[in-house]
Amino acid sequence: MAAHLSSGRVNLTALREAGRRELREFLDKCAGSKAIVWDEYLTGPFGLIAQYSLLKEHEVEKMFTLKAGRLPPADVKNIIFFVRPRLELMDIIAENVLSEDRVRSPLRDFHILFVPRRSLLCEQRLKDQGVLGSFIHREQYSMDLIPFDGDLLSMESESAFKECYLENDQTSLYHAAKGLMTLQALYGTIPQIFGKGDCARHVANMMIRMKREFPGGQNSIFPVFDTLLLLDRNVDLLSPLATQLTYEGLIDEIYGIQNTYVKLPPEKFAPKKQGEGGKDLPTEPKKLQLNSAEELYAEIRDKNFNAVGSVLSKKAKIISAAFEERHHAKTVGEIKQFVSQLPHMQAARSSLANHTSIAELIKDITTSEDFFDNLTVEQEFMSGIDTDKVNNYTEDCIAQKHPLIKILRLVCLQSVCNSGLKQKVLDHYKREILQTYGYEHILTLNNLEKAGLLKLQTSSRNNYPTIRKTMRLWMDDVNEQNPNDISYVYSGYAPLSVRLAQLLARPGWRSIEEVLKMLPGPHFEERQQLPTGLQKKRQQGENRVTLVFFLGGVTYAEIAALRFLSQMEDGGTEYVIATTKLINGTNWIKSLMEKLEPPPF
Amino acid sequence: GITGGCHRSPKGEAAFSQKFELYSMAWNLKEDLRDCLVAAAPYGGPIALLKNNFRKEKSPGSRPLLEIYSASGVPLASVLWKSGQVVQLGWTASEDLLCIQEDGTVLIYNLFCEFKRHFSMGNEVLQNHVREAKVFHTEYGTGVAILTGAHRFSLTTNIDDLKLRRMPEVPGLQKLPSCWAVLSQDRVTIILLAIGQDLYLLDNTSCSVVTPPGISPHAGAYVQMAVSFNYCYLALFTDTGSIWMGTSSLKEKLGEFSCDFRTPPRQMVWHVAELWTLSGERRFILDEDSYLVPELDGVRIFSRTTHEFLHEIPEASEEIFKIASMAPGALLLEAQREYEKQSQKADEYLREIKDQNLLAEAVRQCIEAAGYEHEPETQKSLLRAASFGKCFLDKFPPESFVRTCRDLRVLNAIWDYQIGIPLTFAQYKQLTIEVLLDRLVLRRLYPLAIKICEYLRLSEFQGVSRILAHWACYKVQQKDKSDEEVAHAINQKLGDTPGISYSEIAARAYDCGRTELAIKVLEYEPRSGEQVPLLLKMKKSQLALNKAIESGDTDLVYTVVLHLKNELNRGTFFMTLQKQPVALSLYRQVRGRGLALLRSPALVSASQATEDQIKLLRMQRRLQDELDKPYVDYSLHDTVYGLILDGNHKRAEQLYRDFRIPDKRFWWLKIGALAEREDWEEMEKFSKSKKSPIGYLPFVEICMKHHNRHEAKKYAARVTPEQRVKAHILLDQAADAAIEHKNENEMNLVLSKCTAATDSSVVEKINRAKAQILKK
Repeated sequence: MAAHLSSGRVNLTALREAGRRELREFLDKCAGSKAIVWDEYLTGPFGLIAQYSLLKEHEVEKMFTLKAGRLPPADVKNIIFFVRPRLELMDIIAENVLSEDRVRSPLRDFHILFVPRRSLLCEQRLKDQGVLGSFIHREQYSMDLIPFDGDLLSMESESAFKECYLENDQTSLYHAAKGLMTLQALYGTIPQIFGKGDCARHVANMMIRMKREFPGGQNSIFPVFDTLLLLDRNVDLLSPLATQLTYEGLIDEIYGIQNTYVKLPPEKFAPKKQGEGGKDLPTEPKKLQLNSAEELYAEIRDKNFNAVGSVLSKKAKIISAAFEERHHAKTVGEIKQFVSQLPHMQAARSSLANHTSIAELIKDITTSEDFFDNLTVEQEFMSGIDTDKVNNYTEDCIAQKHPLIKILRLVCLQSVCNSGLKQKVLDHYKREILQTYGYEHILTLNNLEKAGLLKLQTSSRNNYPTIRKTMRLWMDDVNEQNPNDISYVYSGYAPLSVRLAQLLARPGWRSIEEVLKMLPGPHFEERQQLPTGLQKKRQQGENRVTLVFFLGGVTYAEIAALRFLSQMEDGGTEYVIATTKLINGTNWIKSLMEKLEPPPF
Repeated sequence: GITGGCHRSPKGEAAFSQKFELYSMAWNLKEDLRDCLVAAAPYGGPIALLKNNFRKEKSPGSRPLLEIYSASGVPLASVLWKSGQVVQLGWTASEDLLCIQEDGTVLIYNLFCEFKRHFSMGNEVLQNHVREAKVFHTEYGTGVAILTGAHRFSLTTNIDDLKLRRMPEVPGLQKLPSCWAVLSQDRVTIILLAIGQDLYLLDNTSCSVVTPPGISPHAGAYVQMAVSFNYCYLALFTDTGSIWMGTSSLKEKLGEFSCDFRTPPRQMVWHVAELWTLSGERRFILDEDSYLVPELDGVRIFSRTTHEFLHEIPEASEEIFKIASMAPGALLLEAQREYEKQSQKADEYLREIKDQNLLAEAVRQCIEAAGYEHEPETQKSLLRAASFGKCFLDKFPPESFVRTCRDLRVLNAIWDYQIGIPLTFAQYKQLTIEVLLDRLVLRRLYPLAIKICEYLRLSEFQGVSRILAHWACYKVQQKDKSDEEVAHAINQKLGDTPGISYSEIAARAYDCGRTELAIKVLEYEPRSGEQVPLLLKMKKSQLALNKAIESGDTDLVYTVVLHLKNELNRGTFFMTLQKQPVALSLYRQVRGRGLALLRSPALVSASQATEDQIKLLRMQRRLQDELDKPYVDYSLHDTVYGLILDGNHKRAEQLYRDFRIPDKRFWWLKIGALAEREDWEEMEKFSKSKKSPIGYLPFVEICMKHHNRHEAKKYAARVTPEQRVKAHILLDQAADAAIEHKNENEMNLVLSKCTAATDSSVVEKINRAKAQILKK
């Protein structure tokens, strides 16, 4: 069921198992039948830890979504709220509890499970609402890092970037540090910590602090990770803004992947059976899980989309050839063998059909003129062409009122690639946006400025070209089919974040001191002492394992680039990726947009 | 010396007891013990004496004096008693001294005579006075039972969690009972009392008469009773000199015999399963002025001069030391002695044991017996014998030998009369090393405690750290040293030793009124969760806020913010927050997010935009009034678009000018709206009004989007040469799209926009496709 988690260099099943154990322990504390009331946001991440069957084994009979008003009827002894520690959710819970008491005579026991941490703030709110005493168990479930795949962990903390950079709320960093402590408890102390950025520094400080806070129990586990690299998202604001061009990246850009699941338009997935005609088109979106458990997906997910087609057609040939084998099977033994392989072949065939359909859907978009124009402009910016003046395409898009997020991505990208925009250019864009989309978006623009995505060029110098050249961020001779460099993930642009990781492994950051100084925040190195017995004696040819933690989110394209580095024959380093949230330019910008409430006057 | 003696066990079996001297008492006691109020703590604990307590006249010169000694009689502390009349002294399980006063107040002192706290046994006791009191120990902790002048019992089972229980009345009790005892049965504490010839059992709710089974009818009235250390056995002494012994549940009789004395003994205690009495007469070999302390495995007896321990000889020792014993252990001991004398007899003894295949048993016996020995010399010879025997054994597990050696070294160290804790092996095992360490800490014997931890290789967390922390807590109370000195000394000694809680030490310093020292010590505390609450308690909120923010734990930050809000006035509160952006934003989060953002200073610079917005709003209001359509809250773009859509071109133009909408954008906007309105005429007019700033390709596109090929073609001609191909592709695509959709309506729409002259190929293509559909 979770085989994909143990496929990587680090067996992440242990982490998942620890999570499941903790969950079981909590459920058993509330004896008797139970109903869970879910903070809807949590169902996705929880699904990656435990399926419904586990809950059922522990007498969970009903599940509801948390919403205002009265709880649906359920003949259970316990009602457990699974919630994030958010004030607005506390109000809903209070309403649930208060309306419950009035209508039912057999009282049910209430419990609350905060994910990932109990909060005084929330308990105070419950107290103010007069319901705090109604809860028998108030506990926390420290689901900090959730295993998404064999080499991927995410906290799925949707607003981590916004909280850190806009609201000065570093709670998610605290959780990140806690998550890293849990990880170290399971996989050993990580001897080396590198980092770049203010948040990275903060997390490293907290880790060192937390280690001091829990002494006594010297960790006696042989370290699995050699290095931890903490990276602030604001060190590399560029990568998420650019359109990802890997297969998985494009699926995410276009349809959005949530907790490894994607919902696709159903038309292309209609069962192609003779006689039924095309009339009975399914109306429900097609939901697919995407992870490395699916062999074909594991192979193509990180390829440049332009290289996916050829793999799919090759696979198609192999599979149909395999099915042809049955005609050659003569003896009973041969037929038996064929039949035994049938389930695997059928799975492969349906997987192929699915991905062929997805690829077709994506192709419809990538071949559109607008996609092409947009990409051209992005690539011009990234390679340093005309970043200092108002861009025609952007202007035209505004005039035609294209989606605002698309505009913001373009303008921010230009700003980042020019180390900020000139006053005149910035003002022009702002005016265009406000006049077209409404003045209320001034709050969003303000947020983007605060986050550094949009800014005024303060110094006369534009640092980006220096950074681009030193770190080889733009590669003209990109090979999409058989890549030899990470730049293939954006068809030319090599993600800065991943370059930092690559350069750290070889030849080390000392070679790029000057550029590091141009990027925001401090860079640092910390060592955590290991007892002599646990110090590693590396075998010849054994790869190092580096955990790269993106504070503020990571894109699928960046993940693909790190996986590419892991697989390089002479790379010498394998990467495991952790992040506060899996992001793409669209949902990232969206998280920074001010949600507009009706004006108070 | 070993004194053998035979006493009567409850079952009447003969058992050997042994009495040896623990110490000759270091105290120089002038008074008789019987003239003092005495309390000795079990497990080799301290002895408390209250002198002059019984004197009635309370002249300043003859004030009662409370003295505390170690079990070896070394004075630990003394204090002049200035409180009320004390009825009873007793020790708690954690070696605190309870002084029970006549008025029902119980004062608690530590073993250095330092007052800790007091509590009252209730109003009823206060009014009727304490006549008698007993301190007892159960699994709940240390309890106190009181008999008041109104002949009622009150008790608490745990003085640390005070719940007073007033026991029910005993019917017909007009005077004090002749004797009584506290029993603990099945986790319930009850009182057994005697009035003349009647025995009563008093529990929480009722009082019942009981009769000990099998007691002789002529036994007489009960005058004394004793309960064993573990509450299992009970002994009753009557005025006829008869002693009944049985289980304390009063269900089984173990024995009954009569003594040749009748006066009730002053003290009567159980010794394992034997009864010892201390009578006023010199029947026993004891000094008249002695005091008995029941222990787990024997009785301690101390007098003004000596302190002795009386215990049953364990089987292992008896086997070895019995005269002419042939037990394997005895033979092994003999063999080893001969070996040391280099006599060949050693081999003979050894052979004898080996022939019976009992060598392992012999070694075991010697090890076990060593544990029961008090004299290091005897211990050594037994252990030497064991070690000698081990040489001839293949796989004798070494643990028991090593453990015994270690434990004996620890016991010998604490038996030393300077330390004065005469724990036996059995008591030590029962007490556990942790508790023993606590007791050493209580006596402020930090170096010895640390040595023992190191010697036993206890984990730092359990051992050294804990002791250092206690030391530090003691250190902060030394008022003669400066804050700097003490803080420095503590950090020097403690460093980052795992398991040290600097916050606990700081809390202690604060309790002693040394706030500055507490802050200094707290600096060393790595756990913010511990640091912050104490800082708040000390009213160092600013510092607490800094520490909370440093920790990154926002919940902790919020704790401080809440605290500050209650503590400070509004102005100071906001001033404090202003300096801490993290705290400020957290506070805002609670107070509502939108409002806070509007106050954000960054928005001041956006005044131009704000002015524009106000201007727009004004316009929209006017439009709304004039045109009777909703315009307010639309963006400028949408407003202009709406106006064009409704044909209000003039007003649209005006907004275009007023807000200086760039030409390009206005053109895009206008042709979009015109196309939606299908006002092709106006569009053409507009296209000719001046040279298009956006070229003419957008015209082609917008027309095609609305399926108007005819109009599109008009503009295609005006498209610049380099974009012309694109325009034509667009024109063709309409036909292709319609054909692909197999949609006849769409095809007809395209056809209708074609002219035969220029579009013959397209027309032909569509007609072919239409024919195809018809065929099906």
